[in-house]
Amino acid sequence: MRLFLKALLLGLVVAIAIWAAFPLIETGAWVGLGILVATTAGILYLYLSRRHIPAKYLVPGTLFLIAFQLFPVLYTVSTAFTNFGDGHRGDKEQAIVSIQTASVRQLPGSPEYALSVATAGEPATGELVFLLRDSGTGEVFAGDQDGLTGVPAGEVNVGLDGRVNEAAGYTILDTGQASARSDEITDLAVPTDQGAILAAGLSRAYEGRALRSYDRQCDCVVDTETGVRYYADPAEGSFIADSGERLVPGWRVNVGFDNFTRALTDSRIAGPFLGTLVWNFAFALGSVGFTFALGVAIALALHSDRLRGRAYYRVLLVLPYAMPAFAMLLVWRDMFNADFGLINRLFGLDVDWMGGPWSARGSVLLVNTWLGYPYMFLIATGALQAIPREMTEAARIDGAGPWHAFRRVTLPLLMVALTPLLIASFAFNFNNFNAIYLTSGGGPFPPDSPQAGATDLLITYTYRLAFGGAGAEYGFAAAISVYIFLIVAVVSAVAFRRTRQQEEVFR
Amino acid sequence: MSSSHAAARRTWWREVGWRHVAALVAVGFALFPIVFVVSAAVNPLGTLSSTQLAPTGASLDNFANLLTTTSFPRWFLNSVLIAGFAAFAAVFISTLAAYAFSRMRFRGRRVGLLALLLIQMFPQFLAIVTIFLMFTTITEYWPAVGFNTSAGLMLLYLGGALGVNTWLTKGFLDTVPRELDESATVDGASHVQIFFRIMLPLITPILAVTALLVFIATINDFLIANVFLTQDDSKTLAVGMYGMIAGQRNANFGMFAAGTLLTAIPTVVVFQVLQRYIVHGLTAGAVKG
Repeated sequence: MRLFLKALLLGLVVAIAIWAAFPLIETGAWVGLGILVATTAGILYLYLSRRHIPAKYLVPGTLFLIAFQLFPVLYTVSTAFTNFGDGHRGDKEQAIVSIQTASVRQLPGSPEYALSVATAGEPATGELVFLLRDSGTGEVFAGDQDGLTGVPAGEVNVGLDGRVNEAAGYTILDTGQASARSDEITDLAVPTDQGAILAAGLSRAYEGRALRSYDRQCDCVVDTETGVRYYADPAEGSFIADSGERLVPGWRVNVGFDNFTRALTDSRIAGPFLGTLVWNFAFALGSVGFTFALGVAIALALHSDRLRGRAYYRVLLVLPYAMPAFAMLLVWRDMFNADFGLINRLFGLDVDWMGGPWSARGSVLLVNTWLGYPYMFLIATGALQAIPREMTEAARIDGAGPWHAFRRVTLPLLMVALTPLLIASFAFNFNNFNAIYLTSGGGPFPPDSPQAGATDLLITYTYRLAFGGAGAEYGFAAAISVYIFLIVAVVSAVAFRRTRQQEEVFR
Repeated sequence: MSSSHAAARRTWWREVGWRHVAALVAVGFALFPIVFVVSAAVNPLGTLSSTQLAPTGASLDNFANLLTTTSFPRWFLNSVLIAGFAAFAAVFISTLAAYAFSRMRFRGRRVGLLALLLIQMFPQFLAIVTIFLMFTTITEYWPAVGFNTSAGLMLLYLGGALGVNTWLTKGFLDTVPRELDESATVDGASHVQIFFRIMLPLITPILAVTALLVFIATINDFLIANVFLTQDDSKTLAVGMYGMIAGQRNANFGMFAAGTLLTAIPTVVVFQVLQRYIVHGLTAGAVKG
């Protein structure tokens, strides 16, 4: 039976590997195929051999960890050392092609073509191809974004208007289909040696010469109209003229530690960055502190055998934890709404909660406390129940009052049980994106710092840098991610060492 | 009333009565946003500005609108499937690894345990650009597990399966006496049999806790799902509902509240079923003595 199950599972692995291999083979992705084959072979060897028993248990999780956690993290860290972002996305060759094709102008005397827009796939969605017939020589070419290829005369049929109306392997778009995709047609530029071929309407195309072209000898882009030379700057990843004018796009280059130092030294960024850091700590500590205090207080209040209805209280008190957090955050946001919100209406106030920095900060702390205290309440209840009653009774017999008994006996025992969870809660709240983004959005934003608001955490600031409207800066965002990681790791390591938790790990 | 009666009442008040008051205040704080949500859900007008704290009407219009005019049923199905599968698979994979860490000695064991904690400190979301690029390629080759598929998102979530949960489970496994393993081995059991027949049944509390935590975390995930799922049909509850009130904050609030209540149902159900394990499981192995 065992053997049968094993054979079945391994067979499944092989079947998946074969299914995954097909697209790789079709497109000739040999590196990917190599990795796939190696991994599959490794898995088969591991589970068929009798040795390496620990690995058999660790490999499934580790494979996913490497693919979707470790590799992305390492790659992100590597982009922190580059200027990857809007305007610096591709490599130098792609930037050159982009600059050249963007500067193409039709020059008098340039060849003209009769154009038929076609596609190898579906008329509505397939990649566009220009079927061009040189009006002078009658040769037919197929042009797409990779360039021109000649088409043998036997494979096409030319109509009375001089345009190709049938071609083997292509579907020619009729006027209606072509009009529907006119934007794509205007955008398509077929690169050639001297420039690019662009469509002029739906039935004609011309070859234009690129006004700007790359000169390999001086490693610069020359503008033939103005004569200005833009020299490649490998440190910045752009073509820059003597006047300081830059060409867009640039390319991705390694900038070393620039992103890291920029966060700390650029005066426009360092101030908000440090301010955000301070608030981030305050928010995390405050969240842990308030939820812990409230949770423990309620757990203590309910910790009595004489309290009837304890079970019902518990179910009700835990309800905030069972409600979907993302939804309740949005509900809280709308309760704090200045115009329609419940809180203003109920108490007859007119406070713009999310408009002022300190009211916004107070609000998000309140919301996070509401969300987090049930967790603390639950674990405090469990820990309290685990403390032997004899200890508190002995303290009482010795004459200690209830507060004293709590401080000297109960609390230390509680802390032993809960400290690791408090540390985990700190780490979680340090990066609690939802709690800030969904309630205050990180705002309010002071006028001199539109990227970093009063309630922004480092993680929401990073998100805005990478995905906000004002030009994505992935490299810089990655650098801040590394900072976040280092901070959380260091704080957790220090806290762990203090609780000597390492003894558990090293057992 | 005799004085002993009065004294007994004072003692009752000092020892029990105040507890009731404290509990009621706490319950009030806990419930008022939830009552507000219920009130908004049954509000016949369905807007934010017209909803009071206490329910003013009793209409199921918002629920009806939600189920018919939006893709809510589809989102619900997607979320429950993804979260359910993620919880099951993550618990299984994580327990496999925890078993190895707890019961076996091998090179790199200590380093591995610390590395797990360390890796989880880099929130998966921050690598979102890389993940986006990765999945753009994956969608090209294998669209069945690419963007806008539940399967792809499940795979992505599995990347986070090994982590704090493994550490918790390992701690729990450590409390199971090794003599059980030894006597089973003497009886001729293989490590696989020990794992499935002996270990798993003994640690069901921590398995339940881990499953619940993963389930809740997955249902609540907004960020990663938002980048991954852009087509209406493939969205999860978090992404879909956020979109519902992203534009129309006032008008759609009733529907949103109805959706929130419906979303709470699976979580509350799972929670109630696993409740007796939760308190025990969260502090197991942590209290010494």
